[in-house]
Amino acid sequence: MISDWRFIAFFVVLAPLFPALPIGINLLLGPRKPNYIKQQIYECGVETVGDTWVQFKVQYYIYALIFVIFDIEAVFLFPIAAAYGQVGLFAVIEIALFIIILTAALAYAWGRGVLEWV
Amino acid sequence: MIEQIIFIVISLFTLMMGWIVVSNNNLFHAALALMASFLGVAGLYVMLDAGFLAMAQLLVYIGAISILIIFAIMLTRRMMQTEESPFNSQPGLAGITAVSVFAVIAFIFWQMREFWPLGAGEGAMPPADKSIILGSVAKLGEYFVSPDAFVLPFEVASVMLLAALIGSIWVAWPKTEDES
Repeated sequence: MISDWRFIAFFVVLAPLFPALPIGINLLLGPRKPNYIKQQIYECGVETVGDTWVQFKVQYYIYALIFVIFDIEAVFLFPIAAAYGQVGLFAVIEIALFIIILTAALAYAWGRGVLEWV
Repeated sequence: MIEQIIFIVISLFTLMMGWIVVSNNNLFHAALALMASFLGVAGLYVMLDAGFLAMAQLLVYIGAISILIIFAIMLTRRMMQTEESPFNSQPGLAGITAVSVFAVIAFIFWQMREFWPLGAGEGAMPPADKSIILGSVAKLGEYFVSPDAFVLPFEVASVMLLAALIGSIWVAWPKTEDES
């Protein structure tokens, strides 16, 4: 049974190698002529003002919480989807009720303007 | 034999990451180590043939709860900026708590020793049949919607998630003028 997971193990080994190899080859082969401009911190867009470790707004936390709730919903629905052939109409009503209750949570968040980008 | 080696490697990885979580001076890095530690726990679930639990661990704990923890750290300005020792000044009390919790857990597991899969007890349970493990996720799904089993907890779980979201928005979201 553990052998069913050998592909996952293969990817666990391969995935870190994939980004590490180009970086390693670059370190070995790339010429290095540093100057002041090159050693600036690179970032997209305009240069940053002040410290990058700033306090985040609470809005991000609520986004994350909404994500957690619908993530858990997906985990709950997965086993029912796996058993979908064996369960009857009653189960469909149950699942609909489950989703409707969670949709109420989403509707409340939407109504309060949580989903608007600030 | 090979399973034992994999188990030891995963356990060491989990424990090392756990140690980084409690000893790192930077709380943000501690949160990242916590994600790695969760990954090790998911590996242990795989070793126990609990594939669904491992997937849930990946999706919920690594994918969602960790992000929540990281956002919670980013909310607190002081935690972000100072690098201070994570150790508090009560090693005695902490030590007593840790040892007593370990003693209780060890006692419970020792009381259950006859149910250990490879235990030495006379009623030692044989490893579960493969067909049971393969069908377990669908069985769980059936039980979630069966009126004889867990349908009420299943629905109550959605109400609890609803309450959690509405409660947190109520507490944290800036109130508009007509509400305050």
